[in-house]
Amino acid sequence: MLIKHNPNGIELPFPSEITPRAVFESRRKFIRQLGVGAAAGVTGTLLELPGNEAWAQAPGAQKLAATVNPAYVVMDKPTAYKDATSYNNFYEFGSDKADPAANAGSLKTRPWTIAIEGEVKKPLTLDLDSLQKLAPLEERIYRLRCVEGWSMVIPWIGYSLAQLIKKVEPTGNAKYVEFVSLADKKQMPGLRSPILEWPYVEGLRLDEANHPLTLLTFGMYGAVLPNQNGAPVRVVVPWKYGFKSAKSIVKIRFVKDQPRTAWNIAAPQEYGFYSNVNPNVDHPRWSQATERRIGEDSFFTKKRQTLMFNGYSQVASLYGGMDMKKFF
Amino acid sequence: MDARQQNLIPAFYPTPRQLSGIKAVLFVLALLPVMRLVAATLLDRLGANPIEFITRSTGDWTLYFLCLTLAVTPLRHLSKWHWLLRLRRMLGLFAFFYACLHFTTFLWFDHFFDLDEMWRDVLKRPFITVGFSAFVLLIPLAVTSTNGMVRRLGGKRWQWLHRMVYLIAALGILHFWWMKAGKHDFAQPILFGMIVALLLLLRLYWRLQRLQAERKQALGSPAGCGGQRRRTSY
Repeated sequence: MLIKHNPNGIELPFPSEITPRAVFESRRKFIRQLGVGAAAGVTGTLLELPGNEAWAQAPGAQKLAATVNPAYVVMDKPTAYKDATSYNNFYEFGSDKADPAANAGSLKTRPWTIAIEGEVKKPLTLDLDSLQKLAPLEERIYRLRCVEGWSMVIPWIGYSLAQLIKKVEPTGNAKYVEFVSLADKKQMPGLRSPILEWPYVEGLRLDEANHPLTLLTFGMYGAVLPNQNGAPVRVVVPWKYGFKSAKSIVKIRFVKDQPRTAWNIAAPQEYGFYSNVNPNVDHPRWSQATERRIGEDSFFTKKRQTLMFNGYSQVASLYGGMDMKKFF
Repeated sequence: MDARQQNLIPAFYPTPRQLSGIKAVLFVLALLPVMRLVAATLLDRLGANPIEFITRSTGDWTLYFLCLTLAVTPLRHLSKWHWLLRLRRMLGLFAFFYACLHFTTFLWFDHFFDLDEMWRDVLKRPFITVGFSAFVLLIPLAVTSTNGMVRRLGGKRWQWLHRMVYLIAALGILHFWWMKAGKHDFAQPILFGMIVALLLLLRLYWRLQRLQAERKQALGSPAGCGGQRRRTSY
């Protein structure tokens, strides 16, 4: 396939090469039914599976207007809204995948203040509305690859974190950005368990944070973020394993030294600071060469190949000359 | 220690017919977890990641049945319901059955029957190595579970072979422990570990008691406090 390169290094297929939505939807649906429904077919009741329409808008959730940014659209089929909101890792609400959806109702997302501080010339403390209005909201469809070996495709709503960084003017000392999530025992039952050090802290190098792909995120599937997905504001860093994308952020700090991040503290040999999606660097307990796409890869398909940087090869230049096995 | 002597558990001696009934009920109950998995798969009720659900569920049930199998001897000891022994083979075979399903999900869904790839995984990752070893060690126990095999091996040798289940249980828990290690989520492995430790320690305790009693008998000293004192001065 011919790839057209634009100045950002973002790869866009020719419009003629994009499978019309109706065609790929019916194809996917057929494959899904063949997979999950094969056994059901025996009993004569072919299951009616949620089609692609299911992702378009979150049912019942508060809508959030955004313009689609065509530069950030993948050809993969978005994950069903139900799967993306019922299968989550958000340990503040429990360690089981179903816990966040069950327990995150107690999270109060308004009023919400977020402080941007540290090595910046113009520190800011903002309420959610002001933060959201700082730049125009875009819809971007990103692949999400979890370190556990599964993946989703999610239409997020937000703007490049770089827009916020520009506003606060980092000083020459700012080398890293640290994201601190809310840690409130009253609202978050998972904090009682000592699995991680609370609050959850994640971090990026300043150039990673400034990369246009890094999205300060307020919504998904056309609506505001559900609590279990990191409401009211989170980051999404699509070329890194999911846990790098901090949820329910209350503080963004610009710092000189590499932040001590939650999972890296808990198991440094398993979760590196960088944690770039990399099929060639295995997790000590499983291979990262392949992944299972939630809702698509069924019992009768081999797991799909994981792509370097989760397919976002435009970030490769950030890591020129770096040993990715050492800085995993 | 003896619940029967304290009248906590009534004496119960099932007739052969009753015992067959109990076995039939147990058999159906033991199949419920797999039937639930099949039904949930057909109804698409396994959640967003059905394969993970099946892998975890079959692994959990292997451990449950291992614990149940190991619980038979202590329960028998406490209740004096010696007929419980007649259920042990079925419980052990169900542990093997769920272990087979667990292994199959690994071979099928994780490796899509690519044996080379599976072996690399088994050898490279300690948590899979121990899980796989536990599964392999279960095979000879399942094969020698028939009456004919007990006879062919002879009671003593058969018993020695089947004591391997203690090792298998330990490996199974280690497998679970290491699986959870990266997530620092030890609540469940600790619980399983404590249950198995209790079941094994009870055996050890009774064994030491029996040894002590045998020694006393050999020394010909009468039971009671006086006897003990006399023995220490001996």
